[in-house]
Amino acid sequence: MLCECGQYEATIHEVIITKDKKKVERHLCEHCARERGVSVDPYIPISQLISSASYIMGQVITDEDASPDDDFVSESTSDTIKPRPTMKTKPIHQSCVGCGQTFSSFKKSGLLGCPACYQIFEDRIGPMIERAHEGGCNHVGKVPRRALSESKDANDTNRIEALLGDIRQREERLEALRGRLAKSIHDEEYEQAAMLRDELTRLTSLASSQIESAPNRSTPTSDSAPA
Amino acid sequence: MQAADDTPSGSNPMRGPAFTKKAEWLRGLGESNDVVMSSRVRLARNISGFPFTPQASRLDRTQILEACKHRILNMTTSPSTQFMWIDLHEIGREDRNLLVERQLMSRQHAKGKLITGKGGLDEPRSVAVLTPDERVSIMINEEDHLRLQTIRSGLALGACLEEANELDDQIEAGLDYAYHPRFGYLTACPTNVGTGLRLSVMLHLPALKLTGELDKMRRAATDMGLAVRGFYGEGSESSGEFYQVSNQTTLGKSDDMLLREMEHEIVPKIVGYERHARKNLLSNRREMLEDQIWRALGTLRHARLMKVDEAMELLSLVRLGVLTGIVDDVTLEQVHGLLLSSQPIHLQRTLDEVLTQQQRRAARAQLIRSQLGCGTSGGKTGGTAGGTSG
Repeated sequence: MLCECGQYEATIHEVIITKDKKKVERHLCEHCARERGVSVDPYIPISQLISSASYIMGQVITDEDASPDDDFVSESTSDTIKPRPTMKTKPIHQSCVGCGQTFSSFKKSGLLGCPACYQIFEDRIGPMIERAHEGGCNHVGKVPRRALSESKDANDTNRIEALLGDIRQREERLEALRGRLAKSIHDEEYEQAAMLRDELTRLTSLASSQIESAPNRSTPTSDSAPA
Repeated sequence: MQAADDTPSGSNPMRGPAFTKKAEWLRGLGESNDVVMSSRVRLARNISGFPFTPQASRLDRTQILEACKHRILNMTTSPSTQFMWIDLHEIGREDRNLLVERQLMSRQHAKGKLITGKGGLDEPRSVAVLTPDERVSIMINEEDHLRLQTIRSGLALGACLEEANELDDQIEAGLDYAYHPRFGYLTACPTNVGTGLRLSVMLHLPALKLTGELDKMRRAATDMGLAVRGFYGEGSESSGEFYQVSNQTTLGKSDDMLLREMEHEIVPKIVGYERHARKNLLSNRREMLEDQIWRALGTLRHARLMKVDEAMELLSLVRLGVLTGIVDDVTLEQVHGLLLSSQPIHLQRTLDEVLTQQQRRAARAQLIRSQLGCGTSGGKTGGTAGGTSG
């Protein structure tokens, strides 16, 4: 694909969501991208990722010292959404019950404080994590072997759910995998499809064993730790 | 069961020959070894019930370290191997850097500094190394509580992953990991969450550099969601056109999916580009290629002062010369040996002397001359570092 200048191959592809939620795509060569202030750096620092992801969620997080009564004010004059906007919203004071870390300190360091942070900040970090992992939002693959085996032997539903999720979560994951499997088959990516099918089979068997062990349970009790 | 050998009091286990000989990953063997120097698999794991390392107190870190030590030293390995436990807060800078040069741990682990700027040399942290071939190392209290690494020469990600998973299961048999049904294995940085798996290969891409296609390859790799780093991983510059390429996605794809992508799609493609570039150079620009390679060998055989980066650059070209048949009196083994023994700490350990930077440059040049033969032949004789003065 050629750049808008019509001279060089477009290597930078930018997608902008306008205020009326329309998607605008731009395809530029490096030269034009630099001229128009579009980043050509492929290595996005976690802080920028966090900033962008917060924006995508429509929930821009400000520093904790901002006034709690500030309205959501956009200083942007353009009708398109710019990266790193200067906007204010209600501050978020919540800190992790496990380690005391706040979301603001995570934004600065890019590191979470303890396993419980994932639970406490799940709603806010979920979209960022999804973006950092090319859309991956659910773990696929290995589960701690000994912990799962012990939990099953003891018929400990809480521990099983801490590892595999509750029935609703498992169903959601299975559904997502089925969707990916259908797409792989459609795209004729058969090796990928075979692996997804194996993963589906594995998850289904894990899930059915849990259902057998806890037929009436549906309350989510997932914890960050298996034990 | 093979427990770790206790260090004899008053002696330094890293002073012995085991820590100056060639490492497993530099043997130069294995699939696609003309381009793939080594394969590495890293698993990031954390123990439940503790804050992640950057947030952990000194007491937490000490407890984590003790729990890991007890578990790792009681793991089953093959009868001929055993884990050596090294407390980094109790050894000197030279020993720590030796482990970095041997790719057994990261630079930040040597310094004890975390990405947040916290920490320091006396932070409780360790590394367990599987001896004698050093194909497994486990960092304790790095950014995550446990970072398990398996490394082999050539393209061998499958074998590395299999061994890493076996050891991971053995560790988990005695420790509870922090795990979440949605996010998988929990890590301090969300970019590692999920499988906690990093598959990486160290590639030698001198022909792509000479044909000017390296930047194109780097961009293509980045577009495929890969990270491209230098010889010593995160934060290091490339030296001698050696690059570490690794996956960045760890959530939403299983170990097997990530392995298949890297080992059967991405790496063969890059290997194919490099081989094609080598073939093109031989067919269309042979004179230029020969000139570059013989100049490099000439400098290595006659220089009196040699910086480490210059040595890497020149050895890289000679490696290309050996692989393309242009150089026939030097072996891959010699080149690989020098890639490691030219490094500052290895150089001093080989000579058993503490040297200033200027002395190191002279000693490095002398070592290389003695290994590669100072002349037009005799490259296979391989002298010792203690040869004639330069």
